[in-house]
Amino acid sequence: MTGVLRIRRELVDEIVAHARRDHPDEACGVIAGPDGSDRPERFIPMLNAARSPTFYEFDSGDLLKLYREMDANDEVPVVIYHSHTATEAYPSRTDVSYASEPDAHYVLVSTRDPDTHEFRSYRIVDGVVTEEPVEITESTE
Amino acid sequence: MAVTVSIPTILRTHTDGQKSVEASGKTVLEVIDDIEARHGGLKARLVKEDKLHRFVNVYVNDEDVRFAGGLDAEVKDGDTVTILPAVAGGAR
Repeated sequence: MTGVLRIRRELVDEIVAHARRDHPDEACGVIAGPDGSDRPERFIPMLNAARSPTFYEFDSGDLLKLYREMDANDEVPVVIYHSHTATEAYPSRTDVSYASEPDAHYVLVSTRDPDTHEFRSYRIVDGVVTEEPVEITESTE
Repeated sequence: MAVTVSIPTILRTHTDGQKSVEASGKTVLEVIDDIEARHGGLKARLVKEDKLHRFVNVYVNDEDVRFAGGLDAEVKDGDTVTILPAVAGGAR
């Protein structure tokens, strides 16, 4: 599948701010959007239950709440993001083995450099990683 | 003993695209076996070496069964069983 992640600037800023805030631990979360729209809209930072610089995991209770809420709103996780705090913004073997939303854009942010960040997006389907361009839009269209 | 089982997107290929299915059983394992009898392939995605696969979370109503007996967790008539893939990863 070829694609592109189209995302509003403010949502990119929120993800990066969350990643910086939780550094050196990995930060994680979701941007939900209307089912079938492929449009990320609602920023939902999640707690990294692992509180680790090399691993992240949504708390299982929070995960259930999140999916129930999205279900009730007819939303899906359009973006699933997390940070790498000492390595590049590329999915690790662990990331790939856990990835189980074939329709989601997996966003990786690297905060290893204190001044600049890497922000990249991938599809992860059946264990295959495909990077896609990120198109940042400046305002609501 | 009828329970409703909510199926995540990635496993719906095993339930003809259905978001939820009805099943019966007195434990989580019995419920999974009951679904497996009609929708082959699901069990292998959930159970590995008689334990719940680490990539998946299963809840009976609001409770993660990992903290309630795992596959032996009790299921009652009218309960909702929710299956969700764990969202996890990391540089490790």
